[in-house]
Amino acid sequence: MNEAWEHIEIVRNAKRPNINDYISMIFDDFIEFHGDRFYGDDCAIKGGIAIFQGKPVTFIGMVKGKNVEENKKCNFAMPNPEGYRKALRLMKEAEKFHRPVVCMVDTPGANPSIGAEERGQGEAIARNLYELMRLKTPVVSIILGEGGSGGALALAVCDELAMLENAVYSVISPRGFASILWKDGSREKEAAGLLKMTAENLVTLGVCDYIIKETTGGAHTNPQTQGIFISEYLDGALKRLRDVPVEDMLESRYEKFRRIGVFSEADGDI
Amino acid sequence: MLEDLFKKVKNRMADSPMQESENGVNIPSNILFKCPRCQNVIFADEFEKASKICPKCGYHARITAAERLAITADEESFVEFDETLDTCNPIDFPGYEAKIKSLQQSTGISEAVVTGKCSIEGQSTVIGIMDSHFMMASMGSVVGEKITRAFERATQLKLPVVLFTASGGARMQEGIVSLMQMAKTSGAVVRHSDAGLLYITVMTDPTTGGVTASFASLGDIIIAEPKALIGFAGRRVIEDTIRQHLPDDFQSAEFLLEHGFVDLIAKRSEMKHVLGRLLKYHSGGADL
Repeated sequence: MNEAWEHIEIVRNAKRPNINDYISMIFDDFIEFHGDRFYGDDCAIKGGIAIFQGKPVTFIGMVKGKNVEENKKCNFAMPNPEGYRKALRLMKEAEKFHRPVVCMVDTPGANPSIGAEERGQGEAIARNLYELMRLKTPVVSIILGEGGSGGALALAVCDELAMLENAVYSVISPRGFASILWKDGSREKEAAGLLKMTAENLVTLGVCDYIIKETTGGAHTNPQTQGIFISEYLDGALKRLRDVPVEDMLESRYEKFRRIGVFSEADGDI
Repeated sequence: MLEDLFKKVKNRMADSPMQESENGVNIPSNILFKCPRCQNVIFADEFEKASKICPKCGYHARITAAERLAITADEESFVEFDETLDTCNPIDFPGYEAKIKSLQQSTGISEAVVTGKCSIEGQSTVIGIMDSHFMMASMGSVVGEKITRAFERATQLKLPVVLFTASGGARMQEGIVSLMQMAKTSGAVVRHSDAGLLYITVMTDPTTGGVTASFASLGDIIIAEPKALIGFAGRRVIEDTIRQHLPDDFQSAEFLLEHGFVDLIAKRSEMKHVLGRLLKYHSGGADL
């Protein structure tokens, strides 16, 4: 069995801590805000003001349920456009009051549905990428479990991207990849190996900045300790970004993504 | 009426170069075109003459970047950017290089987007045209880099950008690197926009996935070609998820117009003049 698939099995463990667990472990207080002020409130994305080590931050993350009942409520962490628009609204509010934004990403992808298309899923994600690129306040994103495609990226255009040790982040789910490429979704394990989707792969590819270690066997074996590991990372990240002048921060955020890409170029080109 | 069609086919076949085979005569495969939208069948040469537009339903079929350039840019005004950028294999995907090489040979273009500078009805602009004949114009490193550079150059030169989008989405064979092109291109759009410059998107068939969820949806003005397929999630993915058949017009240009996501739908024959006027009206000159 390949390493990527082992990671996927760990992050899909029903006992793996989700953002609700971490909110109570990491923050001293949390006040949730609802709705995108256009259409509705998407329960797949939760956001609000949290107190981290005595200071307010804006916290936004995907909600993954631990059983069918919970997952029905949060649509298996697959956000709708109004979820991304709620996130953007909260990011803009954070910018206004000079609060850092902390995102926790855990989604198989944006919701594929009639309603999501009618309400502009593509536009909602694109708008978040655009606005995050110019948001004048620090943004830290942490991938907790699954980082599924554009639906994950919409909360992951940031100054620092961290991933939990077993988290995966990919352009398409291994199942989707296998069914498009080989017309056989059951070959997802093989696809997972090819996709280079582990935290370690993503550090090598220049996408991920930090790996947050997990407790032995995975975060579910000791959620409290895992919460401490995340807090320690977050503390460092916010300190690193706190005193960076806004212009420099935006420049290095642009560069962080600008330099990603592998191609060759003949000499003598402009 | 059906008889007429057969007569016509017979006449055309008489004019067409025919191939002899063991069993007699084969019909040249390019003689008829079947519209993927309304299933109407017409003669391929009539279809070509009509700029590849279905006379029955108005579907604007896919055309190459070269064909698009020829009907959009003023004559001899086009100067290409970054034509020597070439695709590598960022995640060592088996067989990827060979696939790219064979596509380069069969399509005659090096990647799925052509970028450059040109004028449209006398208005200078940076232009980008995605070509669905190259791996369904999926976005990998080269597409992302060329589009990013096109915006950066337009920002430098204080020029607008006109981008004809077409794409199956991110290029899976480049893994996470292709996903990052969404953020990279969107960042370049931000800088161009913050410099007060105009960006016009023309969504053509098909504009989907990661391209819809990045630069294609970020134009100041978004135009679509009639009947173009435009959406984020794939039709089959949605059908599998909700377990029901989707209406035919779902994710069409008209569907997006109805839901407020495109500014206007323009026919191919009118496109150049629509773009020319929009560029002129944003040029800020006193000669309006």
